[in-house]
Amino acid sequence: MTTMALGKAINAGLRRAMERDAHVLVMGEDVGKLGGVFRVTDGLQKDFGEDRVIDTPLAESGIVGTAVGLALRGYRPVCEIQFDGFIFPATDQIISQVAKMHFRSGGRLRLPVVIRVPFGGGIGAVEHHSESPEAYFVHTPGLKVVAVSNPVDAYWMIQQAIELDDPVLFFEPKRRYWDKAEVDEDGSADLSLAAARVVQAGTDATVVAYGPMVRTCLDAAAAAGDESRSLEVIDLRSLSPLDLPILYESVRKTGRCIVVHEAPRTLGGGAEVAARVTEECFYSLEAPVIRVTGFDTPYPPARVEEEYLPDLDRVLDGVDRALAY
Amino acid sequence: MTVETGTPAAGDARPAGDDPELVQLLTPEGERRPNAEYDPLVADVTDDDVRGFYRDLVLARRIDTEAVALQRHGELGLWASLLGQEGAQVGSGRALRRQDHVFPTYREHGVAWCRGVEPGLLLGLFRGVDQGGWDPLEQNFHLYTIVVGAQTLHATGYAMGIQRDGAVGTGDPDRDTAVIAYFGDGASSQGDVNEAFIWAAVNNAPVVFFCQNNQWAISEPLERQTRVPLYRRAAGFGFPGVRVDGNDVLACLAVTRAALQRARDGEGPTLVEAYTYRMGAHTTTDDPTRYRLAADLEHWKLKDPIERVKAYLTRSGGADHQFFDAVDAEAERLADHLRTFCRELPDPAPTSIFDHVYVEPTPPLVEQRDELAAYLESFAAEEVRS
Repeated sequence: MTTMALGKAINAGLRRAMERDAHVLVMGEDVGKLGGVFRVTDGLQKDFGEDRVIDTPLAESGIVGTAVGLALRGYRPVCEIQFDGFIFPATDQIISQVAKMHFRSGGRLRLPVVIRVPFGGGIGAVEHHSESPEAYFVHTPGLKVVAVSNPVDAYWMIQQAIELDDPVLFFEPKRRYWDKAEVDEDGSADLSLAAARVVQAGTDATVVAYGPMVRTCLDAAAAAGDESRSLEVIDLRSLSPLDLPILYESVRKTGRCIVVHEAPRTLGGGAEVAARVTEECFYSLEAPVIRVTGFDTPYPPARVEEEYLPDLDRVLDGVDRALAY
Repeated sequence: MTVETGTPAAGDARPAGDDPELVQLLTPEGERRPNAEYDPLVADVTDDDVRGFYRDLVLARRIDTEAVALQRHGELGLWASLLGQEGAQVGSGRALRRQDHVFPTYREHGVAWCRGVEPGLLLGLFRGVDQGGWDPLEQNFHLYTIVVGAQTLHATGYAMGIQRDGAVGTGDPDRDTAVIAYFGDGASSQGDVNEAFIWAAVNNAPVVFFCQNNQWAISEPLERQTRVPLYRRAAGFGFPGVRVDGNDVLACLAVTRAALQRARDGEGPTLVEAYTYRMGAHTTTDDPTRYRLAADLEHWKLKDPIERVKAYLTRSGGADHQFFDAVDAEAERLADHLRTFCRELPDPAPTSIFDHVYVEPTPPLVEQRDELAAYLESFAAEEVRS
């Protein structure tokens, strides 16, 4: 067991994947000597060389577009998009090229490309550095989309994403990069990449989250417990595909569902969760599915982000609303 | 203060009448024009080879005219014609070695022909039965790319992979590998093309950027894309650019051979601007009479890429009527084959749309596939009842 911060766990997972397979490459802006602006790739270039850890020109479409070519040649590129808000110059390559190549080729071509994206707010950053763009990619067939919430998952899920022959958008909760946990590097992953996890069992309501909001929801569950309310917290982990059966099972038990994300509300991940839960658990529901999310505004200036972001109190407020029915 | 918004003078981006910068080895009249720099690159070309190029040109054009006819008969939803660009495509296509890799746009039917792709398979995308029916790994000919320019980055990344495989600059002609990316004057404005130039330059990647400047991006003339000749843009990125007569198959062969060899030798990228003209419409849905003059077309007919090879072969005694007749007959057989092939292309099964979204189907997709299958099945059951 090693105590690791989430960012360090991804670093260790990348290192393991690169040791295992010489075709694994890391590419992005400042990922080499600097080790990435969050130091997630720290030390990799020193150990694996400049051919495998590539400091790229400053152009996101180029990062993803050349990763496509490298993958077609047999490599497994792991691209870093420096910040969530910088992914948009690469959207044609991601949506029109990466996502569709396997389909268009009738299954002949595979694109094992991982696109790592530090996402979400709460770090007091300037604009374009705190966004949650995951829904755009969940809405794009052909992409797998995952969001990690803790160091153990981060360590294993980055390796699973790299081993997958499908392209993966890998969202990393930047404000949780320094969260620590014990990681058993010699163990093995306990779940598949596409599986959700019940991170806390409960009976009164189901709280669904992913990425940075999982810890917020666990904190909310602890506070609710003090008031004798038992919340079940589910970490979705995979946003595309969604692991729905685990969700249905929980909601059929609790009868109430609160879904939480930082991203804006309208047509966000919560909307899909609400629709699916309503379709499949209609007769078990005691209340409508409640969404606790960011608002339908551009990400606000840092001095008001605490009001924009769902926090413990807003999650509990959502729980109260669900329980009031 | 006045702001200049009009179309700049055509001369800025177009070659003058007898432009010394335009590499030409065969004049439109079919005369062999000496060129100290590029003659050595085609010194090995025999009359037999030239007859082969002639056959390629004629067959590429016949594939194209047949596809247009199939579209007119409702067998294809759309077709993007290569008419007029056969010389650029066959010249560059025949410069490739087996191990080289091609990233086309969507008009490169002549290059596909040179790579040995079954021409019938090119029709699937335009008939609406698939999105690229050939195996890109079989002939190293990638799928067509509709969002123009995106493929230049794929080509550059592929070339970076070749570098990492140590398949550049070894001196082994069967190992050293180059990539060629095809795009047009319109795509040259795309950010991706410019990013590809930057990536290829800083990585010294073994890639040839082959721009068929056919002077029209649907209705927009060259002057809407550039104020400098396109090949000169390469200098700003730090690699050589060359402008070649795109209607001269021999010059295109020579220039592309040189660029590919430079790439294989580890000397980095080259931009080739093949100066040509889109003789047809942008696609079968386009109407060029709305935006260009018939006189321009007449002018370019005189520079036809096939006629000049025929004139050369006739003049040099390299071929006689029997040969030309035999090629024409072969072209008709190919057209027959295409008609049959096209009509026999099966429509995909509705539920097949779920097959290759991911390598393994995901549970939500299986659910949706079953939903569609059950829905379709319900009609069959109804038919049985009635």
